[in-house]
Amino acid sequence: MRVMFDGEEIVDVEPVFGYLHRGTEKLAEERTYSQIITLTDRMDYVSSMLNNQSYVLAVEKLAGIEASPRGVWLRMIASELQRIASHLVATGFLLQDLGALGTPLIYCMRERERILDLFEMLCGARITNSYMRPGGVFMDAPDEFWPALDRELDDIVNTIDELEAYLSGNEIIFSRTKGTAVLSPELLINASITGPMLRASGVDWDLRHRDPYDYYDKVDFKRILHTASDNYARYWVRVQEMRESVKIVRQCMEQIEPGPVRPSFDDVPRLIRPPVGDVYSAIEGSKGELGFYLVSDGSIAPYRMHARASSLINLTLLREMLIGEQFGDLFVIFGSVDLNMGEVDR
Amino acid sequence: MIGMGLPRGFVVTLKNFLRPHSTEQYPDRHVGLFGAAKEAGMNPVQFLVKRPGDSLKAIAGLATVPVKVKQSARFRGNEFTYFEERCTACASCAKYCPLGIIEIVSVPGKIDAQEGESYKLEVFDIDIGRCMFCGLCVEACPYDALHMGTSFERSKYVRDDLVITKDELWDAEKRPSAFYRPQFEENGFDPFAEEMEDFHDAGRHERKTYDEMKKKWVDER
Amino acid sequence: MSAAFLDNSLWRNIYCVIAGESTECAARDYSSGLLPGGMEWLAFLLSALVVAAIFANAILGGVIVLIWGERRLFGRFQNRTGPNRWGPWGTLTSVADAIKTMFKEDLVPAEADRILFNLAPVMIAAPALIVFSVIPVGVGTYVADLNVGVLFIMAVTSLTTLSVLTAAWSSANRIAILSALRSVALLVSYEIPMALALVGVIMLAGSMSLGSIIEAQAIPFILVQPLGFFVFFLAAMAEMARAPFDLTEAESELAAGYLNDYASMKFGLFFLAEFIAELSTSAIITTLFLSGWKGWDPIPSHLWFAVKLILVLFVIIWFRMTLPRLRVDQVLKFAWKGLFELTMINIIVTAVLIAIWPEPSTTELWIMAAINWPVAIISIWAVSKLLGTSSYENPTPSASAPIYPVGTETLPANAGVHGGGDK
Repeated sequence: MRVMFDGEEIVDVEPVFGYLHRGTEKLAEERTYSQIITLTDRMDYVSSMLNNQSYVLAVEKLAGIEASPRGVWLRMIASELQRIASHLVATGFLLQDLGALGTPLIYCMRERERILDLFEMLCGARITNSYMRPGGVFMDAPDEFWPALDRELDDIVNTIDELEAYLSGNEIIFSRTKGTAVLSPELLINASITGPMLRASGVDWDLRHRDPYDYYDKVDFKRILHTASDNYARYWVRVQEMRESVKIVRQCMEQIEPGPVRPSFDDVPRLIRPPVGDVYSAIEGSKGELGFYLVSDGSIAPYRMHARASSLINLTLLREMLIGEQFGDLFVIFGSVDLNMGEVDR
Repeated sequence: MIGMGLPRGFVVTLKNFLRPHSTEQYPDRHVGLFGAAKEAGMNPVQFLVKRPGDSLKAIAGLATVPVKVKQSARFRGNEFTYFEERCTACASCAKYCPLGIIEIVSVPGKIDAQEGESYKLEVFDIDIGRCMFCGLCVEACPYDALHMGTSFERSKYVRDDLVITKDELWDAEKRPSAFYRPQFEENGFDPFAEEMEDFHDAGRHERKTYDEMKKKWVDER
Repeated sequence: MSAAFLDNSLWRNIYCVIAGESTECAARDYSSGLLPGGMEWLAFLLSALVVAAIFANAILGGVIVLIWGERRLFGRFQNRTGPNRWGPWGTLTSVADAIKTMFKEDLVPAEADRILFNLAPVMIAAPALIVFSVIPVGVGTYVADLNVGVLFIMAVTSLTTLSVLTAAWSSANRIAILSALRSVALLVSYEIPMALALVGVIMLAGSMSLGSIIEAQAIPFILVQPLGFFVFFLAAMAEMARAPFDLTEAESELAAGYLNDYASMKFGLFFLAEFIAELSTSAIITTLFLSGWKGWDPIPSHLWFAVKLILVLFVIIWFRMTLPRLRVDQVLKFAWKGLFELTMINIIVTAVLIAIWPEPSTTELWIMAAINWPVAIISIWAVSKLLGTSSYENPTPSASAPIYPVGTETLPANAGVHGGGDK
């Protein structure tokens, strides 16, 4: 990013990205629908379950596949755990940029490690999971998963309480983050920003409430809104969303029932040939609206896949946020937008 | 008043100071006298008497104890487990791999001529230098011949050594992970404790009953 | 040989070993010395050198242990182990770091002013060591007990400002100079509260020499001068450029900063100087506010000093690990609008109390403490109102009436699916 300064004040900003471009959308044209799941893992590498879910829902919509219930519940549990992990990363690195020499970062990472251990129990890999398949997930959770998940949810709530005790009321954090980079709701809506950035300015837009996918209409969780659209508000929205995700996971654990986790191969073959057509389907990812646009020509690979990357669209407002701010706040503002370069460049 | 919110942060840091550390040290862990004694299976007094040199090292803080990493049974390791008796060289794994790193060359075998030709495998190479360990090949194998392994320390000094050849797969220890193999978990197989000796244990031997096959191929046509 | 030299038991013992029989050592029974009689000036010189060498090496050894201890403490505060691989419990890590630093390539930029460039690390390390010469580490164990000890300490610690500027200027690097100017602004602004906070202590003890300040502490001055301690502690942390004031090692300037062009052992000297400064600041706080080596009898005074020193170091490291960084304008505002006024209030109140009780005895010290604590709390409250820091408020807004509901119906079920387009 090229930044021009006048003493301590930022005068001009020019983001330069593309260094992590791997040609995901072009590669997707040569891979079957199930193989693309491994590509979507690596887009936003911090929240790979959410990428998987978004893509798999798009394929289900395109091919008209009906997902099996237990698979959907497991998908929701995995996605909400991944949302918690992604927000832990965002919060930890924001606090690191504020200068607390790594202490809150390590606390957040410690919790995230335990969530990744849960993912290892589920699907064998910690970060690039490829857990989901069109119609559900590929394997059921082992028996030792459920008590471990129960314990882990209590630990997560404890860590969130610790983080809040650490940070709420901390004058230094207030004075560094309150009142900086304030954006008006009209500007955010016009720039098609979504996610915690939008909810921090009071706009009540969460795709899990507005356009429920999977079984999000069967679980009950609050809408987290804040009216002052500054750095502190964005950070606060993410911390509260973590609490709501814990509640969602608990409700999923109560409502899940035994059954097959993916449709049988007679109904949904391994090589899916969807009917000719196109579809756009989006979910509420950890950074905003994460959508996939798939165009099918009837063969085993899509004709075109496009990913609406929430980080790329969220960063279009960097100029408005940064111009006029102090040099010391540069990285704090950058961290509060919560960008992930893998998603920006795909 | 200034500074009233800060003490809560201090309390949090102090509480974490007093907690035991959460570092998992690998491959060995520093222990004191009590830890070294526990590792040797004696109580500290016996340890001091029987092994004075080691106990001196432990008191000086120089003793280490090897550590095994906690892995779950479904861990997707950096290797593959291959049961050659089950493989028919159908190359489904090679077709399903997103990266195309599996190379299979087979020739007609001229054995089992009564049941039709079966294929003799000449080359089965997996390039783990480019593999992303997604497990799609394991998912594709219809005969449960290829499984993911559990080890992760597979670095080599020469890049060409990263290609696993057919002989390496044949001779390696068979510790398949339970990734995409629910039958291992049902049978209680733990890849870290034992090796899978018999290839019959590796797969599900569900055969469709005659009625099921008749229903699908005859009745539904 | 002055009277001060006689009081110094360490120096006197070494002198007597070297000089043997002489009038000053008549109280002790030394029947032979290492030098022939009559060369007392040489014995004086040699004993001075020996004492200085002992102190310097003890400090440097202490710094090595401090680096290891600080890194272990960092780890424990972050719920992980610190370095524990090299040597027993990781104690040789600092030695490994030093060896690594020595083997790096020593670069001098082409446009740099060579003499100043090489001089700057020395200019920052030497004053930090000199400060220790007036601090008594135990009963009678010091290098010199100047009767302007406190003034000497303040003067020597302000030499760091000069060397920071020298380092940046000689690097001929624009960004280094900018960052050094910010750092110099920080250091200069915090020297004034640091010096003025000690005025109260000097008034109570009646003298500037550190030995007599320790003598005057019937109860530790942290109880009698809470405002002075508060201001001195924060100002000293800023002088050491530690969190929450570490804007020189800050996020945006990690790549640049006045240290940018230094490699190898010159950088090692800057690094070392920071830790020596930490040790010396803790020693000063222990001496002036925690009554130095005074303690109860069976335990030797050196051990008391060490325990108090470690306690102060623990608190300093605890502050560093917990608090995030302040921005430069907030730091300067805090110094000039916050700490400066607190020192003024402290001086006025202490002056009034000393005018009432000129030579305070222990009970009078307790009464002064009882007066000073409420004054401290009230003045900190008043100054924080002046600074306008946002007090602890509950940030939860009322989410019952969200603005911008943006449409209340959910989207139709088949939104986004189109059949049969043309490709």
